[in-house]
Amino acid sequence: MVARAGPVTALRPLGFSAAALVLVLIGGSVVAVLVRAEGGFSLAPQDWAALRFTVLQAALSALCSVVLAVPVARALARRRFAGRGVLVTLMGAPFILPVIVAVLGLVMVFGRAGWVSDLLGVFGIAPLNIYGLKGVVLAHVFFNLPLATRLILQGWLAIPAERFRLAASLGAGPRDIARLLERPMLRAVLPGTVMVIFLICTTSFAVALALGGGPRATTVELAIYQAFRFDFDLGRAAVLALLQLALSAVAAMVALWVAVPSDASGGLDRTVERWDATRTGLRVMDTGLIVLAALFLLLPLLAIALRGLPQIAALDAAVWAAAWRSLWVAGVSVIVTLALALPLALTIADLRARPRVARGVEIVVYLAVATSPLVIGTGLFLLIFPFADPVALALPVTALVNGVMALPFALRAMVPAATETEARFGRLAASLGLTGTARLRLLTLPRLRRSLGFSAALAAALSLGDLGVITLFADPGEATLPLLLYRLMAGYQMDAAAGVALLLLALSLGVFWLLDRGGRVDAEV
Amino acid sequence: MLRFDRLDLRQGAFRLTADLTIAKGDRVTVMGPSGAGKSTLLAAIGGFFAPASGAIVWDGHAIDGLPPGQRPVSTIFQDNNLFPHLTLFQNTAMGVRPSGRASAAETAQIHEALEAVGLSGMGARKPATLSGGQQSRAALARMLVQARPIVLLDEPFSALGPALRAEMIGLVTALCDRTEATLLMVSHDPGDALLLGGDLMLVAESVVHPPEEAAGALAAPGPALAAYLGPTRPG
Amino acid sequence: MKYLATGLMALSATAVSAQEKPVLNVYTYDSFVTEWGPGPAIEKAFEETCACDLVFTAAGDGAALLARLRLEGARTKADVVLGLDTNLTGAAAETGLFAQYDGAAIAFDLPVEWEDDTFVPYDWGYFAFVHDRALADAPDSFRALADSDLKIVIQDPRSSTPGLGLLLWVKAAYGDGAESIWADLSDNIVTVTKGWSEAYGMFLEGEADMVLSYTTSPAYHLIAEDDDSKTTAPFTEGHYLQIEVAGAVASSDQPELARAFLDFMVTDAFQSVIPTTNWMYPAVTPEGGLPKGFDTLVTPETALLFPAGEATEARDTALEEWLRALGR
Repeated sequence: MVARAGPVTALRPLGFSAAALVLVLIGGSVVAVLVRAEGGFSLAPQDWAALRFTVLQAALSALCSVVLAVPVARALARRRFAGRGVLVTLMGAPFILPVIVAVLGLVMVFGRAGWVSDLLGVFGIAPLNIYGLKGVVLAHVFFNLPLATRLILQGWLAIPAERFRLAASLGAGPRDIARLLERPMLRAVLPGTVMVIFLICTTSFAVALALGGGPRATTVELAIYQAFRFDFDLGRAAVLALLQLALSAVAAMVALWVAVPSDASGGLDRTVERWDATRTGLRVMDTGLIVLAALFLLLPLLAIALRGLPQIAALDAAVWAAAWRSLWVAGVSVIVTLALALPLALTIADLRARPRVARGVEIVVYLAVATSPLVIGTGLFLLIFPFADPVALALPVTALVNGVMALPFALRAMVPAATETEARFGRLAASLGLTGTARLRLLTLPRLRRSLGFSAALAAALSLGDLGVITLFADPGEATLPLLLYRLMAGYQMDAAAGVALLLLALSLGVFWLLDRGGRVDAEV
Repeated sequence: MLRFDRLDLRQGAFRLTADLTIAKGDRVTVMGPSGAGKSTLLAAIGGFFAPASGAIVWDGHAIDGLPPGQRPVSTIFQDNNLFPHLTLFQNTAMGVRPSGRASAAETAQIHEALEAVGLSGMGARKPATLSGGQQSRAALARMLVQARPIVLLDEPFSALGPALRAEMIGLVTALCDRTEATLLMVSHDPGDALLLGGDLMLVAESVVHPPEEAAGALAAPGPALAAYLGPTRPG
Repeated sequence: MKYLATGLMALSATAVSAQEKPVLNVYTYDSFVTEWGPGPAIEKAFEETCACDLVFTAAGDGAALLARLRLEGARTKADVVLGLDTNLTGAAAETGLFAQYDGAAIAFDLPVEWEDDTFVPYDWGYFAFVHDRALADAPDSFRALADSDLKIVIQDPRSSTPGLGLLLWVKAAYGDGAESIWADLSDNIVTVTKGWSEAYGMFLEGEADMVLSYTTSPAYHLIAEDDDSKTTAPFTEGHYLQIEVAGAVASSDQPELARAFLDFMVTDAFQSVIPTTNWMYPAVTPEGGLPKGFDTLVTPETALLFPAGEATEARDTALEEWLRALGR
């Protein structure tokens, strides 16, 4: 490669700037908290216990999510049925639900007095007890199985149709396909997927506690919370946040080191058709898997929907105003995510010759999800407070932080697409002198359209459902929808809150579907 | 005149040197054993491989420093010659200007090129709907509108049948006659060299041998070429 | 140019009106300022008397509120902080950020004697376990609860105000025996949540027989929802008291207004709003008495409360015991 002539190289400063921005946001926040801390700090024995539990639950949650996601993704990859697209979208909903809604939805279905326990009671079987480590893992799988499935499904769809055809022509059965095509793909996709979910789970707190059944389920984030509001020990909070970051950085490094870049030569985007897996046994297995996954993920959503439906007519103007505000924040978040993710993904793809630098850039971005939301919020508050009224900046700051939080997921989707585009068309584009905006318009954007749509959809939906940092900045009159939901619940208004939860769910799904679909329409051939 | 001035290509243990001249308008078939460096040589001319030392000179100017798109070179690769998300017209239009926004005159020129390669009326189609031969023709149409003085073909027709391949080589020859381009084509088949006419350039034993007249060279091969061709000779 | 001129005029107009109307910044917790909370009515009532602009800023709950004030320090724009409770006042006073209150002596209707030269109480309530009236054999003490098969949902003291209240409740009632009560309670506890909302929501979905809340919680269901199915279990050990207070900030540029607000806080205009918006007992019973429905609430015979000075120390010991007992 003639490095100096690379047409994407012009984007590198942008890519590095984006990474620097993320680093400044994370690092700046933690440092701001650390600087504000008065005096020394020491970690208590229970902090180490919290760290151990955090690693344990995050690792278990990530592994379980991925182990379950592989067969589900495979089933979805090789089956075509009516409503498949809708099902894939619906199954993605848990990932974008506000924590409190998801917990209640899970409890309504799997709790002691939930639907499943009721059903068991009919047969005289004792109710389920989901509380404890199993509850934490259950909830995290509920949240992250959809993400894992989606990321792995993309890996499957990225295997060129030509290879399946080649395998079919060689008379390869499902086992051979697995060995020849699927295992190498999984080898490339899984480490990153496990890592992302691990990182998300490291900052879990409310879910871990509610379903963990008690103080045994103390995570680092709860310890940070305690340090901050119980002892007002900012030094300890910052050190715990750094510990969390260090842990995540190690996890990210291991994952990126284990992952092998997929062999990105490809064919011509023909729709994937499968000649294997036509046996009845496999068909039954796939159908069963899809039904089970759908039930697990959709029943709690159904419970939330049924609970909220009678209340939806009673939603007042304040709710719609909050919904509008949330959509606005989500829109800005999408712009932030895409504006940062595109140069980052192209830079990382362009840096293949220097994998260490590329990995470094990726790790920095992944740390965004692994940073304590409380510490980021507090840090930003401390940084803004001397210069401006944090309350006035609540919505822009929320949009920025939400946008950055969605970056790792955007990169997971976009880096493979960017790498593949570079591998397949880099030389051709270079030989044609395709550079600058023309390259972006004619090559990059069309080739990345699917992953751009997915990233935008995820960023929007995550932002809609997330409280982000707004709790520290919130203006009483300017609540976002999730904040309104929490406030309603805190004011005994559980019914109104159920209506808002349903609205939030519907909005998130609607926006997700629109953007994701926008990226897929005509994207093939 | 295309000149390799003590050109030295290295990558790990691989090494290839070239010090020779190809006259303007020549058609050269590049032959040699697998791994000898035929594609690497083309990559170096195209701007995808930086030489360790030496220079590639076209018309008295060294072109090594130029980015691929600014070299006087059109390349047709082994595969991935077309953007699958763009129509044939758009793919061809990139040869005129990479921005894809063609003027009226250029539009006419593109249609004419598509016609010249036998694809008239198919400009709105996407590559996946075409046969292999048609895809090759589309790439040639783009080469035609690019009108660069050097054309590099890296085994682009190896997937086609003999009759179709012969037809394509005929088409390439005709197009290069029109643009007076200097042509370098990598091939494994001595038959291609005879079809193309012109010269044969052997890449073997870490050296690019100076081009010789193809028919003569194949009729009485030197030791290196004979070793490459093996016991069966083209009759 | 024209636009600029208009803009400047608009700007100077706001400046003038701001001069005419001083702004009183009150920091409080989230649920105080929602449209169904006390905030809107109180803002309206106070602005009628003060010729000022009352601006609420919301920050999570009581503990988050104090943390926010400590983060901002003396540069805070807050003039009044409303929403700390007696478990926080000790730490709050230590920060030195609050001004002394030298208002008139007030006859508070509190279950305990009130003496404090900084903070003024505005409402209070007892922590209690809420259950369905239909629940047979509701326990009458922690001991009875621990011995029963009843399931409860509680909140984590490290992240929740009621959670901390429960921790101190058991500590105040049992002293050195608190840890063994917790150990015996551990099989009754379905789960421990981050905040009150999750716990209460889980209880309403039927996940537990009882939930930690306030003796006033059934009043909400009765008055707002016309539902009398909820009640609380009176415990013979007594109930822990939560008194919510406000204080003026020392660095305030509106000390008179801040004091006027604290004075206003104990008047009928403020106090009469509290019962059916904040769902707590008013600190000074308004002239019209308590709303109908409050008379049906359980009134504990013994009120438990650690004095502000002892709360922090008791809290740290109790938390260690709690973690040990439930961490097993």
